[in-house]
Amino acid sequence: MSSVAQKRGFGAALWDWMTTVDHKKIGILYLIGGGFFFVVGGIEAMIIRLQLLKPNNDLVSAGLFNDLITMHGTTMIFLAAMPILFGFMNYIMPLQIGARDVAFPFINSLGFWMFFFGGVFLNVSWLVGQVPDAGWTSYASLSLASTGHGIDFYAIGLQIAGGGSLMAGINFLVTIINMRAPGMTYMRMPLFTWTTFVASAMILFAFPPLTVGLFFLTFDRMFGGNFFNHTMGGNTIIWEHIFWIFGHPEVYILILPAFGIFSEIFSIFSRKRLFGYPAMVFATVLIGFLGFMVWAHHMFTVGLGPTANAIFAVATMAIAVPTGVKIFNWLLTIWGGSIVLTTPMLYALGFIPSFVMGGVTGVMQGAAPLDYQLHDSYFIVAHFHYVIVGGVVLAILAGVHLYWPKMFGTMLSETLGKITFVFFFVGFHCTFLIQHWLGFWGMPRRVWTYMDGQGWNTANMISSIGALLMAIGVIVLVVNIIMTTVKNVRVGNDPWGDGRTLEWAIPSPPPFYNFTQTPLVRGLDTVWIEKQEGNKTGLTFAEPVQDIHMPNGSIIPFFMTFGLFIAGFGAMFHQETSWGLPLLIFGLAWTFVSMAVRSLQDDLGFHVTKQELQRDIDNANKGGQN
Amino acid sequence: MSEVEMYKRTPLEQDLFIRRSKETMRGQVMMFSLMIFMTLVSFTFVVAHLQGVEGFTKYLVIPLLFLFAAVQVALQLFYFMHMKEKGHGVPQMFMFTGAVFAFLIPLTFVTIVWW
Ligand code: HEM
Ligand SMILES: [Cu+2]
Repeated sequence: MSSVAQKRGFGAALWDWMTTVDHKKIGILYLIGGGFFFVVGGIEAMIIRLQLLKPNNDLVSAGLFNDLITMHGTTMIFLAAMPILFGFMNYIMPLQIGARDVAFPFINSLGFWMFFFGGVFLNVSWLVGQVPDAGWTSYASLSLASTGHGIDFYAIGLQIAGGGSLMAGINFLVTIINMRAPGMTYMRMPLFTWTTFVASAMILFAFPPLTVGLFFLTFDRMFGGNFFNHTMGGNTIIWEHIFWIFGHPEVYILILPAFGIFSEIFSIFSRKRLFGYPAMVFATVLIGFLGFMVWAHHMFTVGLGPTANAIFAVATMAIAVPTGVKIFNWLLTIWGGSIVLTTPMLYALGFIPSFVMGGVTGVMQGAAPLDYQLHDSYFIVAHFHYVIVGGVVLAILAGVHLYWPKMFGTMLSETLGKITFVFFFVGFHCTFLIQHWLGFWGMPRRVWTYMDGQGWNTANMISSIGALLMAIGVIVLVVNIIMTTVKNVRVGNDPWGDGRTLEWAIPSPPPFYNFTQTPLVRGLDTVWIEKQEGNKTGLTFAEPVQDIHMPNGSIIPFFMTFGLFIAGFGAMFHQETSWGLPLLIFGLAWTFVSMAVRSLQDDLGFHVTKQELQRDIDNANKGGQN
Repeated sequence: MSEVEMYKRTPLEQDLFIRRSKETMRGQVMMFSLMIFMTLVSFTFVVAHLQGVEGFTKYLVIPLLFLFAAVQVALQLFYFMHMKEKGHGVPQMFMFTGAVFAFLIPLTFVTIVWW
């Protein structure tokens, strides 16, 4: 077995990707899946902005508008941002810690397929014409009143996708705890690995509440439950608590890996060790912990009372402190560094002011009395887009440019990359800066249209033009990707020339077993240290060339998830059709049988022999194909 | 990794190994009896309360039961689920963090949030 590309039919290639348990391939699958949903969510966003382009517009109906904003938010958070970040974590983190794969390759593949089928399930709602329409927060009083199957798609689709996220999180945790190369102590882990670690821990604690909430919602809507129905002794506010106990950690699950990517970029392209590394680690952990203590800041206006509001306001503002620590450390990393203005670095430099603005508006909203004015206005929309687009999406775009050569062995065009950046960055500020004022001027969020003569026309127009600029930026990126792939100019191990961590010391793309021998880690930025000491390869090995044990691929994760997908439709239709219940049972049985097959079969994996490894090493030394 | 390596213990190591195992076994049995004993005591408390024995009010019995339960959980974790052994620092950290969240969040609910 070898990963050297042989000429294969399309079917064989497809089978290979569907059965893969290789963390690198799964990473790429996450990026493709997340990228696809990013485009879907982007199209929804464009329609929203077109509808709001001018007053009294009737491009879409009010109902369709609700569908669009709900699916835009849900898609972007759960199906675009998270999976794309998972893609980077999957691909890069094991390389950074010198591992050959994640701890549970099978579960890794299962996690991907659950995300994928969950996402498809959610979007099937468009084909059925009954789309979730209670907002991405799906507050219970709205979602229980919503007719049709829209909210059912939301509850079941997110349940499936959320299960996948939980698996991915646990997998990353175990990998980082158990599979670090010799010498890679916790305090020598690259910051992207650290942020992956903390984000995964947050997933571990935050997703179970979501699971519970979604089950409650499923029971209420499909199985006659009354958890949120106040007329039957339920409580509609519980949903809000459960959702935000998950929801606020979720936004930090998104931003922490983004911080990680930017930390790597700052130190690579300033050619300096990250300033204040221990403080960065501490701040990351602290943010992770405090992230669980502030959920009620989304509910200041619910009427929790002054005591609760005051306590949560203070806790919320406390989070700004470790975040500030990070900002200053990044600035001091750049300070006095020999800066290279590559595309990823441009994104990183653009990120700092953008994210700071989002943080400042966050603290403003954290002040409970002020939030009474701001809540449910466009100011909120501006805030979270500044942190999510100005933080997470910029990090994703930066990460695509930074890691593209590592993942595909070709370098994206820097010129086109910079054009993408300019369009996207200008478009982003053009779209969202003005929305702060729209909020001050009283425009509520989630409105289908607005009347003429309230002074909102120009601002909305500017905002819509900005969205167009962002779309142009993304299209340039796609063109860039296609052109680069067609040209296919291969690059070496360290295409940026200043790589500091282990992933930059192995071929691009790495062989399927990653490291011929497990590396020895001698400090933070180990490759940089080795290179400073004259070791051109950047690696010192901790073991001789030995046989490597690798896992076999498997189609079972695909089937397990497919069963859940089917069961979802059964649950949805069991009340009105006779085939619903049998379908539900059939789907679950399918999943359990797949699980049983997995448990009963003895799959011991295979070995890459010493001879094969030696041949690869010799080839690489000859400068042959890698 | 690939080949199974056979490793023979020296007599001294074998000795130590046997002594260690004996100690662990003794610890396990002792803790097990202690837990059974505590369970018996708990039942006795409840019976005493139900029989109306003087002094065994529910304000005494309920906190005591909780206390015993907590001790049992700790014993279970540390002795039978090996948490006292080396290399369990990270699982401990995660479990305690989980316990803190599981305590703090309901506490917030019952103190300041619910209405
Ligand atoms: C300094 C840190 C931050 C503070 C103090 C903060 C504070 C707040 C507050 C108080 C609200 C509620 C406003 C309202 O609905 O009236 C809010 C909303 C929101 N924040 Fe933040 N935030 C911070 C960072 C972030 C980050 C890093 C993200 C995501 C990456 C984020 C994403 C969101 C989202 C999505 C919402 C809107 C949720 C909704 O109602 O749909 N925030 N933030
Ligand atoms: Cu929040």
